[in-house]
Amino acid sequence: MSMTAIEQVIEKYPEARREYLIPLLQDIQSLEGYLSKESVVKVGQHLKLPASKIYGVATFYNQFRFNAPGKYHIQVCRGTACHVKGSSSLLDTVTRELKIKPGQTTRDGLFSLEVVACLGACGLAPLVCINGEFHASVDNKKIKKILKGLTTEGKKNE
Amino acid sequence: MITIEVNDKKLEAKQGETVLSALKRAGISVPTLCYLDGMTPTGACRMCVVEIDGFADLIPSCAFPVSDGMKIQTDSPRVLNARKTIVELLLANHPDDCLYCPRNMNCELQNLSEIAGVTDRKFLAKKSEHSLDFSSPSIIRDPEKCILCGRCVRVCEEVQGVSAIDFIGRGSRAIVATAFNEGINVSNCIFCGQCINVCPTGALTEKSDIKNVLNAINDPKKTVVCQIAPSVSVTVGEEFGIKLGEDVAGVMTSALKQIGFDRVFETSFSADLTIMEEAAELVSRIVNKGTLPMFTSCSPGWVKFIEQYYPQLLGNVSSCKSPQQMLGSLIKNYFTKSEGIDPKDIYSVSIMPCTAKKFEAGRGEMGLDGVDDIDAVLTTRELVKLIKMKGLDLKSINPMLPDDPFGDRSSAGKIFGVTGGVMEAAIRTAYNMITGEDLKNLVIKEVRGLEGIKEATVKIGDLEVNVAVAHGLGNARKVMESIISGEKNYHFVEIMTCPNGCIGGGGQPIGLDLDAVRARMQALYRIDEKEAIRTSHDNPSIKRIYDEFLGKPNSEISHKLLHTHYHKREDILV
Repeated sequence: MSMTAIEQVIEKYPEARREYLIPLLQDIQSLEGYLSKESVVKVGQHLKLPASKIYGVATFYNQFRFNAPGKYHIQVCRGTACHVKGSSSLLDTVTRELKIKPGQTTRDGLFSLEVVACLGACGLAPLVCINGEFHASVDNKKIKKILKGLTTEGKKNE
Repeated sequence: MITIEVNDKKLEAKQGETVLSALKRAGISVPTLCYLDGMTPTGACRMCVVEIDGFADLIPSCAFPVSDGMKIQTDSPRVLNARKTIVELLLANHPDDCLYCPRNMNCELQNLSEIAGVTDRKFLAKKSEHSLDFSSPSIIRDPEKCILCGRCVRVCEEVQGVSAIDFIGRGSRAIVATAFNEGINVSNCIFCGQCINVCPTGALTEKSDIKNVLNAINDPKKTVVCQIAPSVSVTVGEEFGIKLGEDVAGVMTSALKQIGFDRVFETSFSADLTIMEEAAELVSRIVNKGTLPMFTSCSPGWVKFIEQYYPQLLGNVSSCKSPQQMLGSLIKNYFTKSEGIDPKDIYSVSIMPCTAKKFEAGRGEMGLDGVDDIDAVLTTRELVKLIKMKGLDLKSINPMLPDDPFGDRSSAGKIFGVTGGVMEAAIRTAYNMITGEDLKNLVIKEVRGLEGIKEATVKIGDLEVNVAVAHGLGNARKVMESIISGEKNYHFVEIMTCPNGCIGGGGQPIGLDLDAVRARMQALYRIDEKEAIRTSHDNPSIKRIYDEFLGKPNSEISHKLLHTHYHKREDILV
């Protein structure tokens, strides 16, 4: 997102009031997909808040990301049902395969990983959601296959 | 006055004060951890809990107001037990490497553990895993040793107005870190070190130069020289059982000689030199209608602060290097020549009450032709360690005088260590430069004392010079805003980064002991009171260096060696 787009978001909140911080960050994230350093600094200048404070507030909530999402944004559900069905080991597999931790994006920009609490489809546990598409009853073997497929597809389209 | 009952004894308390403050005044000791005198109480650590009649829960005394007839128990089994559990929980994931910790024997967590009677590890939690941040030249952060008391966060925000660090993340994953958890060197940290002074554990420490200095001392090829800042001699005594506020300059000089420094110089000498250059610059700005107000540039934290937050005012900053850098430059470019030493065989150490000086010494703007002005900076704390390491007892050493050619100082150069001191010294010399005579009364009362912002109007000839003095960057920010808004018109502004000036510097002994700081201030003013040479321009060594080497203040050679320029910082998350 360009700087002017961020400025346009900020213009929606002309008064520099602290309580606008979270709505502002939410608006920026929904446009940009994440909170960049530049946008945090801009918001700070507008609301007269130091970057550390904004980062502190944003990291308190699970909803904010600080890396540009990958081409394929992978959400691994760690809700109760998925946990019982083995999502812990599933998450391990994804982090090992992609060599990233939750909240990070792979160097080639293909994959980003996020842990979510519950996607509301416990009957399909363990559940992985990729770019909004649900993959049901995913086990280690299945996720490896999915990732491999997406890697080939992603590289082909480049 | 209201009456409260503490441990079945009646006590007087003031309406509106906290329970803790009433207890402290009565001499009842309550252990505290997150509490910081004069700052917002958070009640976060629960160490100071007491039992109050009528409340089912234990109450944090630091954040609870007294009320008439309140009945308080500070030492009941329930209270003592709760405090012990709190310490045990803090220790659950605390590293066990006390023996190797920079804060060993000087750690509040160790003390609390001792007081609470903790004898074994009751809870074993998963060790927090965070890497050491040694990115900056001044401050090392070790989040694994952090117990999240938040004192550093509050000092950085409430005193310095910088907020380089804050609580990042949540719950068991929370740490104190910079924005985007970046290295502190690319953050808006100004390296003042106040966070180190308030840190109860070893989570924040200075980057030590002791090893490098010892290596240089042990290298027979090196000539190792040091300079000592004005405030150090009125501080180190405290760490060796000498009474508060005693000036130990003489014994400290001989201790440094015994440690192995070939020459011991006075930074107060170059403080006098700074005054000559800065006063001449001020006079020239006033006479030639240059940019005013002029700001002092001795305090490197402040310099970084203005580069980050008020770059539009950088033209107001004096071009003078700080006394540390001026003396460093003279040592490398004048002393070596007069002594016939190859500049690469000299190792120049400065001993400072400051952690930002470590950062300043490495700045690209400093040095000449690739030779640094200063090779290593030790804080007052590191000096204390060095003296102890060498087994020296300050009480039984014979005093010595510092060495020529940078050993003489005026008392004006000495009061640089306290807020208002630079201003007072500068006015004394500027007055002389403009009128040709000395002020009748050298003491400028309005700029003395520990008030956050001080103002004065001094009559120099027909000229009325308006000055302001601020310490602690929160106060500096207020002064800057009042200048930008046009509300205030000053000619000269002195800013010191740390609260109360260098005597309260971030390299001084751990803790915020205001009594000690006051004693240090009084010691500096006592020196000024009793000495004969009280103005920088009357320092005989200053006269000599201008006669023999520099010519006159603001000459071409002094501009080359003693002046510099600063730039806006673009790379910093603020």
